[in-house]
Amino acid sequence: MSSLIDRPNAPESEQPKAGTPISTGSEWTFELIQKYDEEIAKCAAEFGLDTYPNQVEVITAEQMMDAYSSVGMPVGYHHWSFGKQFLQTSKGYQRGQMGLAYEIVINSNPCIAYLMEENTLPMQALVIAHASYGHNSFFKGNYLFRTWTDASAIIDYLVFARNYVAECEERHGVDAVEEILDSCHALMNYGVDRYKRPAPISAAEEALRQKEREEYQQRRINDLWRTIPKPEEDDDPVKRKPRYPEEPQENLLYFIEKNAPLLETWQRELVRIVRKLAQYFYPQRQTQVMNEGWATFWHYTLLHRMYEKGLVTDGFMLEFLQSHTAVVYQPPFNSPWYSGINPYTLGFSIFTDLRRICENPTKEDREWFPDIAGKDWLETVHFAMRNFKDESFIQQFLSPKVMRDLKLFAIENDDQEDHYTVTAIHDDPGYRVLREKLARQYNLSYREPNIQVWNVNVRGDRSLTLRHIPVDRVPLGKETDEVLKHAHRLWGFDVHLESVDDGKVVEEHHCPPRGAEEA
Amino acid sequence: MGMTHIVDRRLNGKNKSAVNRERFLRRYRHHIKKAVSEAVQKRSITDIERGEKVSIPARDIQEPIFHHGPGGRREVVHPGNQEWVAGDTIPKPPGSGGKGQGQGQASPDGEGMDEFAFQITQEEFLEFLFDDLELPNLARKKLKDTEAFSYVRAGFTSQGVPAKLDVVRSLRGAHARRLGLGGARKKKIKDLEKQLEALRGAPEDLDPAFSHEDQIKVLEDEIARLKANVKRIPFIDEIDLRYRQHQKQPKPATSAVMFCLMDVSGSMTQMHKDIAKRFFILLYLFLKKNYKKIDVVFIRHHTSAKEVDEEEFFYSRETGGTIVSSALKLMHRIIEARYSPAEWNIYAAQASDGDNWNDDSPVCSKLLANSILPLVQYYSYIEITPQDHQMLWYEYEKILEQFPQSFAMQQIADPGDIYPVFRQLFERKAA
Repeated sequence: MSSLIDRPNAPESEQPKAGTPISTGSEWTFELIQKYDEEIAKCAAEFGLDTYPNQVEVITAEQMMDAYSSVGMPVGYHHWSFGKQFLQTSKGYQRGQMGLAYEIVINSNPCIAYLMEENTLPMQALVIAHASYGHNSFFKGNYLFRTWTDASAIIDYLVFARNYVAECEERHGVDAVEEILDSCHALMNYGVDRYKRPAPISAAEEALRQKEREEYQQRRINDLWRTIPKPEEDDDPVKRKPRYPEEPQENLLYFIEKNAPLLETWQRELVRIVRKLAQYFYPQRQTQVMNEGWATFWHYTLLHRMYEKGLVTDGFMLEFLQSHTAVVYQPPFNSPWYSGINPYTLGFSIFTDLRRICENPTKEDREWFPDIAGKDWLETVHFAMRNFKDESFIQQFLSPKVMRDLKLFAIENDDQEDHYTVTAIHDDPGYRVLREKLARQYNLSYREPNIQVWNVNVRGDRSLTLRHIPVDRVPLGKETDEVLKHAHRLWGFDVHLESVDDGKVVEEHHCPPRGAEEA
Repeated sequence: MGMTHIVDRRLNGKNKSAVNRERFLRRYRHHIKKAVSEAVQKRSITDIERGEKVSIPARDIQEPIFHHGPGGRREVVHPGNQEWVAGDTIPKPPGSGGKGQGQGQASPDGEGMDEFAFQITQEEFLEFLFDDLELPNLARKKLKDTEAFSYVRAGFTSQGVPAKLDVVRSLRGAHARRLGLGGARKKKIKDLEKQLEALRGAPEDLDPAFSHEDQIKVLEDEIARLKANVKRIPFIDEIDLRYRQHQKQPKPATSAVMFCLMDVSGSMTQMHKDIAKRFFILLYLFLKKNYKKIDVVFIRHHTSAKEVDEEEFFYSRETGGTIVSSALKLMHRIIEARYSPAEWNIYAAQASDGDNWNDDSPVCSKLLANSILPLVQYYSYIEITPQDHQMLWYEYEKILEQFPQSFAMQQIADPGDIYPVFRQLFERKAA
């Protein structure tokens, strides 16, 4: 155990402890939290962590469950699915099946972090370092967050959204609102612009423009649908108009909001709200490994710095390290606890190794990372944090050493073979393959089916056709028809989904189902 | 630095999710109702007053999203390689394809996931249990003027208890009184003081008869007298005090009384009694839930009837023969003594195995038709018997023909019938 405390990453100097520990017991008080925060902030400043102002909120376990079930939104509109999540969480917690997260942190300005009152003092310190300085500086520094989210506006927007939904419920009934939200949630992952930068959301503007938008939208939609359908014309391939939209659209909810023929304006606004929230959460979904790795790297580094300064005791460090080790534990693939790669472990390992590559580069490192080996480690990790997302971060910085440490290997499962094949392992010929494959695994458009709006039959039956481009013949899952029902509810006319592989339709889904028409 | 703001949120509302939870229960009310009615049939008598575990098939509750299905070719990176090198093959377990080394976050098809189970509270349990039920023919009888008062503010009064003293009003009154009583005198004092000053400032008259000193003395005395007078005006007097006044206003209250009649004679087996008790417990919970103020009268009978308290009614045992009319007679006496039909909505429920001295059954129907049914809103009879009916049932059937509005009867053969029959008896009828 003592070797663990032996500060593997600490600089050699400052051996004798200077200060006296802030506290010795494990009970926390508000004064102590304040003290620890001040000291952590000083250490964070030494390392140049740039953060939003912090707001630390102490809450009970029950409140933590509340926070949990509203997917980390401090203000949320009402919906049964959050109730379901709450029931699930509280059941798991009461039975002791799961512990609660130590912390929840919100990408807002000020950056809100929740501490549970049950935590011991070392845990509170860990959480502050992890959330209020780690995640916080990530939110403020990473390019995806800078591009796609506006931390200072999110709370106001959430309030706007909640009030708007409540208003709709009053006017149109809870059921009508619930239906639309259900359908939007089903398509939520397809409610984001992946490449194009949207205007940042601002509640004030949102409320102001909403009225305008209502009128404008309705006019626009009327224009689109003004033409009286003339089926004969459609049948003639020569006269057939180009597709609408001319280019495939990746943002299904956006397309529906702007083009669905029958939606009422308040329904369009609901679509918009869900879409905006999806966009707000999108960077988080793309940077899980980095974000958790960064926060873990910093709670580890900051608390060791505190230890060097003599601000915390050995006992404190023991408890802290025990929690830390649990957080970054990676069960091997054949363990009953295995459920994929632990993002904390992977991210923490990469950031830690980046520091090592800078400080103590080996020959291998110089070969693999000529640009950073031997360079300033602080600058390097900050550069990595700012300019990448999981996919490119792994592609860029996953080192052979981390692959060896984690004993990574790639396995292929082809439904046309009767065996699995090991395609690469942590050895010289395997490193690059492995790195590429792991990076791809974190590409959202690889993890989720690639589905886009393909065509609307503007002059005919107004049906909407979605197109799925399968990768490596991987088909759609069994919930597809259910999702189409939701798309159908929003669109108001027939919805088709075709999987097109190499120009050939390999799979078709229809809502209403095709067979039903003839029957 | 001091940028960090630390907030104690623990005292803030903890039930942020209450509405969402309610939304969830609302959406799945059909599942929950089913679970509740099944639970009622399984539960023992004593533990009806608690929550219940509800299970909903996971497929009914799933929120579908687009995702990949099994099949195709996929490659996944895993940690913890021990023996393999590139190119190794591993035979697939027979009959697989789905599970195996597929995705990390598999779709929810593992075991234990096919049911979504959760707990509802006792209150929610009762809510679902008695959903859509009501006491029939509830008429608003005379306003009963007992505890049902509310206090409303009714201005101010000069008499009251210190706790209701209105300080502002009182001081305002005192101020007005002081002005009223002292104002004229104070003005006079001012005038006199001016004269006094003028006198003092003026050159001394040579004639001693007009000596200023005398005049000054007179003025000074007068001023002193007036000042003393003013000083005697109290700052606050008893007549200044004002108290907030509250008035009792009678609150309209509907009063109802429920008579529970149960046969505890020897012919009632333990099973019969259990069913009867459970029926009455349901009834009792239903009443307690619906009415803040309702009287319940428990009558047990074998050959003679006795009014008992709740505890004795449900939990003590007796044996003997059966004379149903004894209970009806007692009920009638109690109504006459305590529950004037002019003021009370009267309900009655009777449970029996149908066994009665044959001679007594016509007496019962006569009692019901002539002296009880005209007084009550609703009388329900449940007969707990799997066997053929006896005399009492047929007598009561005649009553049913006569009084279809205020009389109902049902048969319960086994515990499974209790809840459905209960619901039938108290179903909310379309107005």
